[in-house]
Amino acid sequence: MRTKIEVDRIRKGFGAGGGRLPVVDGVDFSVGDGEFVAIVGPSGCGKSTLMNMVAGFLCPDEGSIRIDGVDHGGPDPRGILITQHGSVFPWLTVQENLMFGLNGLPLAEKRGIADHYAGIVGLSGFERRYPHELSGGMLKRAEIARALAVKPDILYMDEPLSALDALMSLRIRNELLRILAEERHTVMLITHDVEEAIHLADRIMVLSPRPARIQATYEVAIPHPRKLTSPQAQELRAAVLRELGVVE
Amino acid sequence: MRKVRESVPSLVVIVLLLAIWWVIVVRTESVIFPTPWQVVSGALGLVEDGSLWMHIGSSLFRVGTGFLLAVLFAVPLGLWMGWVSGAYRTFNPLFQILRPISPIAWIPIAILWFGVGNASPIFLIFISSVFPMIVQTTAGVHTIERRYLRAAQNFGVSRARLFRQVVIPAVLPQIVVGMRIGLGVAWLVVVAAEMIALRSGLGFMIMDSRNAGNRYDLVIAGMIIIGLIGLLLDGGMRLLEGHRLVRWRYAH
Repeated sequence: MRTKIEVDRIRKGFGAGGGRLPVVDGVDFSVGDGEFVAIVGPSGCGKSTLMNMVAGFLCPDEGSIRIDGVDHGGPDPRGILITQHGSVFPWLTVQENLMFGLNGLPLAEKRGIADHYAGIVGLSGFERRYPHELSGGMLKRAEIARALAVKPDILYMDEPLSALDALMSLRIRNELLRILAEERHTVMLITHDVEEAIHLADRIMVLSPRPARIQATYEVAIPHPRKLTSPQAQELRAAVLRELGVVE
Repeated sequence: MRKVRESVPSLVVIVLLLAIWWVIVVRTESVIFPTPWQVVSGALGLVEDGSLWMHIGSSLFRVGTGFLLAVLFAVPLGLWMGWVSGAYRTFNPLFQILRPISPIAWIPIAILWFGVGNASPIFLIFISSVFPMIVQTTAGVHTIERRYLRAAQNFGVSRARLFRQVVIPAVLPQIVVGMRIGLGVAWLVVVAAEMIALRSGLGFMIMDSRNAGNRYDLVIAGMIIIGLIGLLLDGGMRLLEGHRLVRWRYAH
């Protein structure tokens, strides 16, 4: 498997001078092309800071991040970030949102692509609606569709489903797996939900409390479709939780 | 039906006030202060000879012109100041000093510069409505949520697209709020400005009615008409707030 993302001993701190607070402290990992990696950690451990650096929105103080072997030069459409609070533009319709990232194409073609991806995430018939007319789950689908529409190599997902209820989260997870089986993106997911990570990822990395370091790595060798109630998944879940310091 | 029922208390208050006014005038046998009926018949007289429409038209023309110039000036400037922090640092202190100066204080200068024609009140309206609109537009740009700007950055859109599809639509609701405030102040000021000079307008009509024979019925008629037109103007701006392009801001 070709290496897609290479994170090389990055460090990041906030605050100036002697009171500098290290947030990410020497994180080192790589993600293969088409791989789905989940990073799990306690809240406030620096997960989002790590994600912002890998997605290019923030520069590490030390270390380097390479995408396809090239130093990361800031955010671009080859890697789209999806966050918990979402960023679907409320002043554009679903269709206009999905067309947003499509540069330099004729309008008809943009519409075609937008409607195709609206269909993929189950938003057919809602293309002309505004975000405030949609439910939380539909909004998240729109955001995923908007990201997929630009055919990014990488999806960066920072707690993408945390604002949804458990049922909706499960539904969108299943849809995401269905889409990824067809489109094979590289995915980096950050979550505090261990089950979500086991459900989706090929590999799970556990972060330590702040400053964030990679504390343990688990391969998830369970074939899809995964059953979270299977002994294998349960065993993995217990191991990850133990690593996070939670004992059941 | 519910709307009608909800407006009953406010109508009762107005009717009650009219009744008290009427009773007091009749009881005190005032020769100068008119009864509500005298106000109505005075106003009808102005309608018949056509002068009322002329005055309203003049006032609306001045407000319209001054306000429109202010919008054309304030919105681009506000967007620029909101977006470019150097522009904000350069101009904001100046506007913060000019803003608290009452437009009435500009009247002598307006007369000096523009004489007593239409240009003076138009200038005063411009001065009064331009600052609130600059401030609102600038604040609108400053309060665009970062996640939207980041998303735009992520999709790598051009600067023109960023402005057309993110910045301007995001700020539009604030611009509309600024316009509503600006128009309100503009209407307030036109009447004051017209009281000084000129030969037309509702402000002139009020002063002229008093000076030419203590026609207090027309003074009060003018005041009420100003109030009603102000209400209509504000209502018009409220309709703008319901427009498809800004409704997202209020829908929850």
